[in-house]
Amino acid sequence: MKPKAILFDMINCGGCSRCVKACMELHGFKGDPEQVKDLSATAYTCLVPEKEDYTVRNLCRHCVSPACASVCPVGALVKTEEGPVVWDGDRCLGCRYCMVACPFSIPRYEWDSTVPCVRKCDMCIDRIREGKKPACAEACPHDATVFGDRDEILAEARRRIRKSPKEYYDHIYGETEIGGTSVMFLAPFPVESLGFKKILGTDPLPALTANVLKKIPTVLVCGGAALLAIWWITKRRDEVALAESNPRWKGMNR
Amino acid sequence: MSAERTNHRLGFWKGMFYLLVAIGLVLTVVRYTKGLGAVTNLSDRYPWGLWKAFNVLVGVGLGGAGFTLMGLSYIFNARRFRPIVRPAVVMAFLAYTSAAVALMIDIGRSWAIWHPIVMWNPHSVLFEVAWCLMLYTGVLALEGSGMLFERLGWHRAAHIQHTATVPIVIAGVLLSTLHQSSLGSLFLIAPGKLHPIWYTSMLPLLFFISAICVGLAMLIIMSRLSAHAFGRQFDVPLLGDLSRILVAMLGVYGLARIWDLTLRGQLGTAFGWGYESAMFQLEFGLGVVVPFAVLVWPKLRANWHLLYGGAMFAVFGFVMNRMNVAITGFEGAQGGRYVPSWEEVFMTLMVVALVFGGFGLAVKHLPVFPDVGVGKAPAVARAQVGSHRFSAPELN
Ligand code: SF4
Ligand code: SF4
Ligand code: SF4
Repeated sequence: MKPKAILFDMINCGGCSRCVKACMELHGFKGDPEQVKDLSATAYTCLVPEKEDYTVRNLCRHCVSPACASVCPVGALVKTEEGPVVWDGDRCLGCRYCMVACPFSIPRYEWDSTVPCVRKCDMCIDRIREGKKPACAEACPHDATVFGDRDEILAEARRRIRKSPKEYYDHIYGETEIGGTSVMFLAPFPVESLGFKKILGTDPLPALTANVLKKIPTVLVCGGAALLAIWWITKRRDEVALAESNPRWKGMNR
Repeated sequence: MSAERTNHRLGFWKGMFYLLVAIGLVLTVVRYTKGLGAVTNLSDRYPWGLWKAFNVLVGVGLGGAGFTLMGLSYIFNARRFRPIVRPAVVMAFLAYTSAAVALMIDIGRSWAIWHPIVMWNPHSVLFEVAWCLMLYTGVLALEGSGMLFERLGWHRAAHIQHTATVPIVIAGVLLSTLHQSSLGSLFLIAPGKLHPIWYTSMLPLLFFISAICVGLAMLIIMSRLSAHAFGRQFDVPLLGDLSRILVAMLGVYGLARIWDLTLRGQLGTAFGWGYESAMFQLEFGLGVVVPFAVLVWPKLRANWHLLYGGAMFAVFGFVMNRMNVAITGFEGAQGGRYVPSWEEVFMTLMVVALVFGGFGLAVKHLPVFPDVGVGKAPAVARAQVGSHRFSAPELN
């Protein structure tokens, strides 16, 4: 299966909350979809007000090179070939490093559970594998949340910008940022609230730690050799000193 | 000091120990029956709090005393340090075990703590840290096993352990280098969240150097504690050596910090106004500049009150640094503040109490300070050192 993606188009979104409702219903979460202000262990997506009465969706971006998956010590989070980044409760040990690492602060934790899970959008991977759309994309009446193959979605985004260049800010959020994401955004103006910060650049975040981890074998080999050498030299020096003057050595070996 | 007063003090610390452990155990029960949310102020914005920052980052760092000293005395063959190798190894072993205990309580699924042994993700810094910690605790246990063999009178085993010292020490120093620096690498993944005063690609190096500094400072503090608790004379030349190396390392560390801030154009921010800047200045001023400025003068560091004080400041700076990196540095990006709950504080204190209690037990039952004999503290020698407020091993 080709990797999938979701496009969220701020200009088309009327803020009706149907995506939030569909997601909550699918997962059996209770509550009023319109009252959901932030992501939580029982809200995998929510609408966030932007300036000029626009609304923007928040949800896991399903990064192409996800920081959360790269830091997980037991590989409980994985980027699937279908595109979604999913969590495996049989591996997770609850260190919450994924929450620290995610540049968009997406993962949520079940703080009041004795068997806590890491909670976030899974792009409805079960539905995708059945050949269906994610619940939120199916529920959207305005073509604001659309779903498809990632390359198709990118082409569609470009089409929309080309068709109405006056309405759209000429940038597809998530196309290249931190190595690309599988949830992308179109907006009428530059948006800060999405968390696509400039300082993050276009290199995948896992490279930051991979560069350091790569050095470990070198540190081990060179460090080991250096320590052995120092040990041998200092030992030799002592032996020489011992041979040269016995009384002095006695003084040292207090 | 009179025997009566000693007994009073002993009783006080003993009582304190049992009280802290009792409160801690009750809270541990609550944590396991009601979840982390019931006892901590951790939240989705602050998934890491006091336990990760203090018990793990600081705890493991303070355990750095073990590797600093093993390296100095066996690799650089500075025989002068050998008398304090054993207490340092015991202390380090306890620091690491306590970090493991705290981590166990901290993670959401404690029963899965062994997962990194079989479920691998070599791309994860935390995976590497987990392995280094396991191996290093093993190395410390091996290094310390000599004491146990001696105590049990297993001379052959003690002899084998003794012959294997150099390979054990080399493995220990390498593992320490890796995980002390990796604790810094943990935060490299969060460039958009950690404040630029602390976020730098030099984090691994800075964590490593500061672990050496705090290791030396802890050794100075430990020599003093053991000196007055066990009626040992201060080993003046030994302390002199330690303090000289400490000053040099503090200097290197301070310069590295300033140089790094300058390269990244953050010097102005670091020494400007604002919450983060103030926290940095506290950390750097009190924890690096003050001890360096005092101890750099041979006359001043020869006064062991000042030496001891300077070492305490260096430890304080280290604690501040780890807390700043793990907590303060995230507050700007995450919004709000994280302040640990009283339950978190008490559970941390329980773990600290267990470390001190464990040290007391080890000193009582193992030849940690070989030349004083097991657990004997001659009152005459005690008097030479004068009166002091605390002493670790008084819990027995
Ligand atoms: S947005 Fe965060 S949680 Fe989602 S895949 Fe990316 S790093 Fe992981
Ligand atoms: S909390 Fe679980 S999923 Fe997240 S990094 Fe830790 S082990 Fe992995
Ligand atoms: S993809 Fe599925 S899980 Fe994710 S926000 Fe949409 S409905 Fe919810």
